[in-house]
Amino acid sequence: MAKILIIAEHLNGKLNASTARCVTCAKDMKAKSIDVIVLSDNPTAVAAEAAKIDGVSKVLTVSNAANAHPLAAIYAPQIVDVARNGYTHVLAPSTTFGKDVAPRVAALLGVAQVSDIMKVEDAHTFQRPIYAGNAIITVEAPADKTLVATVRTASYAAAGSGGNAPVETVNVSVELPTHTRFIELSGAKSDRPDLQGASRVVSGGRGVGSAENFAVIFKLADKIGAAVGASRAAVDAGYVPSDLQVGQTGKIIAPELYMAIGISGAIQHLTGIKDAGTIVAINKDGEAPIFEVADFGLVGDLFKIIPELEQALS
Amino acid sequence: MKILVGYKRVVDYNVRVQVKPDGSGVVTDGVKLSANPFDDIALEEALRLREKGIATEVIVATIAPADAQAHLRNGLAMGANRAIHVVTPNAVQPLTAARALLKLIEKEQPHIVILGKQAIDDDCNQTGQMLAALWNRPQATFASAVEIAGDKAKVTREVDAGLETIEVDLPAVITTDLRLNEPRFIKLPDIMKAKSKPLETIDFASLGVESGDFLKTTTYAPPAKRSKGVMVKDAAELVAALKTKGLL
Repeated sequence: MAKILIIAEHLNGKLNASTARCVTCAKDMKAKSIDVIVLSDNPTAVAAEAAKIDGVSKVLTVSNAANAHPLAAIYAPQIVDVARNGYTHVLAPSTTFGKDVAPRVAALLGVAQVSDIMKVEDAHTFQRPIYAGNAIITVEAPADKTLVATVRTASYAAAGSGGNAPVETVNVSVELPTHTRFIELSGAKSDRPDLQGASRVVSGGRGVGSAENFAVIFKLADKIGAAVGASRAAVDAGYVPSDLQVGQTGKIIAPELYMAIGISGAIQHLTGIKDAGTIVAINKDGEAPIFEVADFGLVGDLFKIIPELEQALS
Repeated sequence: MKILVGYKRVVDYNVRVQVKPDGSGVVTDGVKLSANPFDDIALEEALRLREKGIATEVIVATIAPADAQAHLRNGLAMGANRAIHVVTPNAVQPLTAARALLKLIEKEQPHIVILGKQAIDDDCNQTGQMLAALWNRPQATFASAVEIAGDKAKVTREVDAGLETIEVDLPAVITTDLRLNEPRFIKLPDIMKAKSKPLETIDFASLGVESGDFLKTTTYAPPAKRSKGVMVKDAAELVAALKTKGLL
């Protein structure tokens, strides 16, 4: 039976929702136990949040000043030390955090990694996307080795929050490297919902035309309480920063409502949104590929349609 | 300072990959192959460091079948000083690739190893991190800016929360994100020049690498298609439709 260890992702004392999505994936593996490991300089608050996730057996905390920032080179040996206590699986979300740390863990364990699990067939058989989602493969991992994997968070809903798992402090005695140092994190801080976890997302593309024009996208998003995203074309044109990019090379998201405005729908963008609940496309080109995947399409000038939308919402 | 660049050959990013009808793989016969775009960015970054006088030599390396020499010549035409071709008829998985690259590191002693953050065929996003772990050196993944000062690198990383800057001691592994740079185009005279640059071939078996190809791919399938929806005539109809679905 699978004994699963999930690496918690957190920032500023808050647990990232991707952790609860990993728990949902872990449940599909018919696990005997699902433990969450929190590495931090002050894990208490994050551990308390993780303990509430439905299905979590226990939460392990590794408190160390060196864990103040999520540096893979520092986290990985500690995770490996804990994983060696009989864990059969180590899971991390397929976010930049998980993608950074999980392969380092796998290599230290001398095992392979399955990236971007989108479906569990059994505890060692999974589906994952390749070629930017143009093909889905089924991969089998050996049952006699620890399995390290990242979970494509867009494929899994977050587990509920009715749990009450015990929290245990773990002492890890491994030598930590000093060759990697955190300097700073400059995030576009905003009051808007986080793009990765938002239930509604309004995205703008090249059709928006300029950084100034993007104000209309932000305004509409605020009106419906949505996060703001953008296509790669809009990011490359410098309209918005890259952390808003949705698509294969940006964020892969699965909101309930996705509104693509002035986005033509390049394959790499579509890969990032194909698990969205409902896709709305607004574009002046009725032949744009985005309409092939949209649940609701509206052809027209976005600068005319957005004010009309706002009016209809009032 | 020596820089080793991982330079993988993949199906060109403009090709819309199709799954074979029998589910045994994807169609690669007659399909255009190119350098992995992230690896072109890796090579470009290495060349810029050489042009700034920070690096003295740039080596491109690939692990690929014997017919990949032309691919490495492209890397040489772009500006690499020399190339290493680890020849194997089989595709290798990331752990095996990392173990093989470690052998090249032991031989070449580079100060910086730059790889693409992921290859656009298997989309694994693992090799750089695995290599750094096996080498017991720092990793700076998803780089959008690299600054070398003495024996340290300051790397800005594209993370979900924004831009993270870390400092690593060299030697280190850096993996590239899209916005690190725009790779140069290859010029015709450089293609001619590349023909005389050194290209070393090493038989994969002679590296003595323990295989880490533990995963078995059993089937390939096309992705589930989203069904085409409906067109609405105006904003009011759209809002009404979304309200009916409980989305607004």
